[in-house]
Amino acid sequence: MLLIECPYCGKRPELEFSHGGQAHVARAKNPADLSAQDWTDFLYMRSNIKGVHAERWRHIHGCGRYFNALRDTTTDHFLATYKAGEPRPAVGSGGAGSGIGGGAGSHPSGDTGVGADSGGGPGQASAGDSQARS
Amino acid sequence: MQPFSGLSLLRRGLSGQRGWQPQWRRAEPKASYDAIIVGGGGHGLGASYYLAKEHGLRNIAVLEKGWIGGGNTGRNTTIIRSNYLFAESAALYDHALKLWETLSQELNYNVMFSQRGVMMLAHTVHDVHTSKRHVHANRAAGVDNEWLTPAEAKAFCPVLNIGDIRYPVLGAALQRRGGTARHDAVAWGYARAADSLGVDIIENCEVTGIRRDSNGAVEAVETTRGVIRSPKIGVSAAGHTSVIMKMAGLQLPLESFPLQALVSEPVKPIFPCVVMSNTVHAYISQSDKGELVIGAGTDAYTSYTQRGGLHIDNHALEAICELFPMFRRMRMLRNWGGIVDVTPDRSPIIAKTPVPGLYVNCGWGTGGFKATPGSAHVFAHTIARDEPHPINAPFTIERFRDGHLIDEAAAAAVAH
Repeated sequence: MLLIECPYCGKRPELEFSHGGQAHVARAKNPADLSAQDWTDFLYMRSNIKGVHAERWRHIHGCGRYFNALRDTTTDHFLATYKAGEPRPAVGSGGAGSGIGGGAGSHPSGDTGVGADSGGGPGQASAGDSQARS
Repeated sequence: MQPFSGLSLLRRGLSGQRGWQPQWRRAEPKASYDAIIVGGGGHGLGASYYLAKEHGLRNIAVLEKGWIGGGNTGRNTTIIRSNYLFAESAALYDHALKLWETLSQELNYNVMFSQRGVMMLAHTVHDVHTSKRHVHANRAAGVDNEWLTPAEAKAFCPVLNIGDIRYPVLGAALQRRGGTARHDAVAWGYARAADSLGVDIIENCEVTGIRRDSNGAVEAVETTRGVIRSPKIGVSAAGHTSVIMKMAGLQLPLESFPLQALVSEPVKPIFPCVVMSNTVHAYISQSDKGELVIGAGTDAYTSYTQRGGLHIDNHALEAICELFPMFRRMRMLRNWGGIVDVTPDRSPIIAKTPVPGLYVNCGWGTGGFKATPGSAHVFAHTIARDEPHPINAPFTIERFRDGHLIDEAAAAAVAH
């Protein structure tokens, strides 16, 4: 079982949390402008990174709040947790400092995927957009 | 290939089991192939076999980063059934089930397919409604499935506790043609049969890149054992599909989760069938070695670690102890995890990709073993003809864009 540090409550066992999927997937400001492919990228396409992954957790049996975490999916080791709306911390190797909407991990091949995580997704995720669903 | 027969087994037995040859060659990678399969599990090995046998390709390689059958093929709970709700799924999984029924003869290799029946329990009124809907949908689609009363379920599996529990058994859906097979034998049988048709099975060969030509089509894979050219690349890499496809610049609607299973110490035959419960989440059968084979759920988070939290196993065991109180004092021998690639609608993708020459068979989530022969068969067709077989035509990547989901996730609510 993972030990997860909620930015509000501190370290708690995994059972207190629910997993919220990939972080920094921004909902578009003008959903009506999206094409079918934009919606597909937003709803379904995921980076599924083998390496440092930015993901959402919710402290559902604690403070009830969502927050973000950087976790290495090859070891399940947490590199950082941070509050929703804050930029992605520059920890981990590779392109981890690319900030919101970047999502580049430490995977050797880099994060060259298409879709939301490359910043080319719905509404060209900006920092403001991301906060709506971070 | 040395064919197996009663006579050959007897002859070797009388001569001290000497003279057996390796079941397949230890192939070295050639500079180029007509088709390359990435991933040496049952699905990939099977695809290479059907490519060689039914589509006339002989210059084929299967690239496996570890050893064949060492991924999810060797880590699942070996359950086989085809009683899925939607017509597209039932057609695909029943195609597989029909191939399972003759697979040992087809491969001249005993895959120990045992049609002992798969019984899926209903514990709530909602379960009863959805189970009966499945039964009727399956019967309309020509797939066997029948409704059992609690007493009939108890008669079919006498060690089942149907009463005095938090979620009493209100009935069950039984597919008598379902059952189990020996998972390792499936990989070995396909490998041996494919090898005899000239397929090169190359282990310890990890794909590290995909090269594309000026038109965007695939032309080669980069591996830990050098560059290998091929105009057709079929990716059958289960939990690592996202990693491979990223090498060609593609993102798929997949997330990879750890899925755990465990086995008990071996005991004498006690468990006559397969029992599944989606509501309390337990899967159980008994292997021919005597171990109880128990399936647990996926962890909540994506991971590539091939291990998960112990609380997931505990949850499955609590359900097992409720349903089968006689197993409460059984000791578990070992547990393990595999990495499963899950799609949003819990149906697989067996399709061409936007990259010419690149094909993908993925998204089997928690239930890919049962589909092995059928999946391999239609994937080979898709690679050879550059168009899908009618059975896998609905299982595209584009269905997520076009809204034609095959939503077994909603149909079953949890794993398959």
